Amino acid sequence: MAIAERDATGRAGAAGASGADGRAGRTGRGTRLKRLRRDWVLLALMAPGVAYFLVFHYGALAGNVIAFKDYVPFDGLWASQWVGLDNFRTMFGDPDFWSAVLNTVWIALLQLVFFFPVPIALAMLLHSLTRDSVRRFVQSVAYLPHFLSWVIVVAVFQQVLGETGLLNNVLGDAHLHTVNIIGNPTAFKPLVIAEVIWKDCGWGTIIFLAALTQVDEQQYEAAAIDGAGPWRRFWHITLPSVRPIIVLLLIMRLGDILSVGFEQMLLQRASVGADAAEVIDTFVYYKGLVGGDYGYAAAAGLFKGVVGAALVFAANKIAHRLGEQGVYR
Amino acid sequence: MSSATQSLRRGRPARRRGPVRPAWVEQPKAATTVAKAIALAAVVLLVTVPFLIIVSTSFASNAEVVANGGWVLWPQHPTLRAYRELFAGGIVTHALWVSAGVTVIGTAASLACTIGLAYALSRRDVFGGKPILLLILFTFLFPPGMIPGFLLIKGLHLLDSYGALVAPVLINVFNLIVLRGFFQSVPEELYEAARLDGAGEWLILRRIVLPLSKAALAVVGLFYAVSYWNAWFYASIYLDSGHWPLQQVLRTYVVGGSQLADSAAGDAGAVAAPQTIQMAVLVVATVPILLVYPFLQKYFTKGVLTGAIKS
Repeated sequence: MAIAERDATGRAGAAGASGADGRAGRTGRGTRLKRLRRDWVLLALMAPGVAYFLVFHYGALAGNVIAFKDYVPFDGLWASQWVGLDNFRTMFGDPDFWSAVLNTVWIALLQLVFFFPVPIALAMLLHSLTRDSVRRFVQSVAYLPHFLSWVIVVAVFQQVLGETGLLNNVLGDAHLHTVNIIGNPTAFKPLVIAEVIWKDCGWGTIIFLAALTQVDEQQYEAAAIDGAGPWRRFWHITLPSVRPIIVLLLIMRLGDILSVGFEQMLLQRASVGADAAEVIDTFVYYKGLVGGDYGYAAAAGLFKGVVGAALVFAANKIAHRLGEQGVYR
Repeated sequence: MSSATQSLRRGRPARRRGPVRPAWVEQPKAATTVAKAIALAAVVLLVTVPFLIIVSTSFASNAEVVANGGWVLWPQHPTLRAYRELFAGGIVTHALWVSAGVTVIGTAASLACTIGLAYALSRRDVFGGKPILLLILFTFLFPPGMIPGFLLIKGLHLLDSYGALVAPVLINVFNLIVLRGFFQSVPEELYEAARLDGAGEWLILRRIVLPLSKAALAVVGLFYAVSYWNAWFYASIYLDSGHWPLQQVLRTYVVGGSQLADSAAGDAGAVAAPQTIQMAVLVVATVPILLVYPFLQKYFTKGVLTGAIKS
């Protein structure tokens, strides 16, 4: 009896080993109970993490039912009245909501056109440098702003471009016209793009640089010997080498088109007003957390989540149609 | 003969000191080189100059700031007055302690939970591994949303507690995937050898897997630390102003433009120009990032890349 049991646990251990290295065959896989007993240390190790996801993601996800309720804080989440799709009906008839959607998509598209190519260009510039020390120095400096908070980034931009900021000081000293950039709704969208470029264009190069260094140097050499100049080598070797990543990031960006830097927008909405700076996320924030209309705000948030997920699916489908890898299979 | 080689050497000194250029690469045109140099200089200056000026202004004296219209490129008589006022026990001093505490405790908690989950999920045959991984990856695609998150924290009675800054962001899926990838790359032979010696999972994790993953742990730990240090939104909705961390104080008084000089100055007597105080807060909020940045940089390319490739 004892021998038989030891034999069984021994085999279960071996099964764990062969499973862990990823081979498909899981011969001698024990029953549920045996696997449970074998893995109890691992299960204990993952318990806090799993509990976190269950409570703070799935628990919160379940809280989305308030989008279908008329939430009254005093009654609490469960006792509040069901109102069906009322919140969504109000939302679809709310011009403020559509203005927020429009702003979101508009800013996201502007970012796609004016921000997206910048890291690619910078990566190619950095990759073309033959002097390693220069490249590494520029990389270190360019990555840095990514690690600063949006509060600091917005503060820096205010101090440099604000009404009494550095730029206007310099312009004033030179007896030129001062410019009004911060707190000016018409200048807000370009400002937002500039901030994103300043903060993340360096960091964005990492993934492209990785792809560029994967290219076999011999390809360039062979092309050069066949008479291809720098431009043709760039067009036929460098660009194709980063194309899958460009497509991948484009897909992810399109799937994420309904969210544009919530913190960035929230920090500056007060200074330029809702017409210029309200995006879906700040709409949810102001309607719900500031205005107290939780059910309505949750409906807007849920709308964004569902449409966002659908967009990711759609973008991924399109990528497969185009013969690219996509985010997942 | 020897004079010929010498003249050759003299003719191309830059080539010898400079980078190794493969023979098949064309000599770059002067215009290209200049354009590249200008672009690179622009990148470097755009990042560094604002900071130089902010640091300079924070060290300048009142008279100098006023004389220069609010900005100082290089302080003639550097003074620590603004910093002395900030650290005299006002809002900023308190906020600094809050930020430091949340960063240290939050990073430790996040690392511990991420390591446990990543290690268990790195074992392919672990009980429930696949469904749990799917469950986690799904949260990436469909985040729960701001309002339900807020009501959950309220329902758990975490309002006005520092737990509200840590609990909702305890594990970052990206960091989890990076660590799991690293753990998976530990050679299987090591596990088998340890198991033959009678080591259990806990011992294997502590003695073999963690020591082998130091680089990844450093990256993930620093990512967590940076995100806790930089966070302000949860503080703004979950905590009252007496509990605020530094970034939220910075937001209110520098970005929001409220007067900090009156309320934040401790009993340091003389009040510095608000501009110098504001710049000093900005510097204090940035310096910890600058301090960990070299370590971050040393490891992150490796860590980020493995993560990117795996996911």
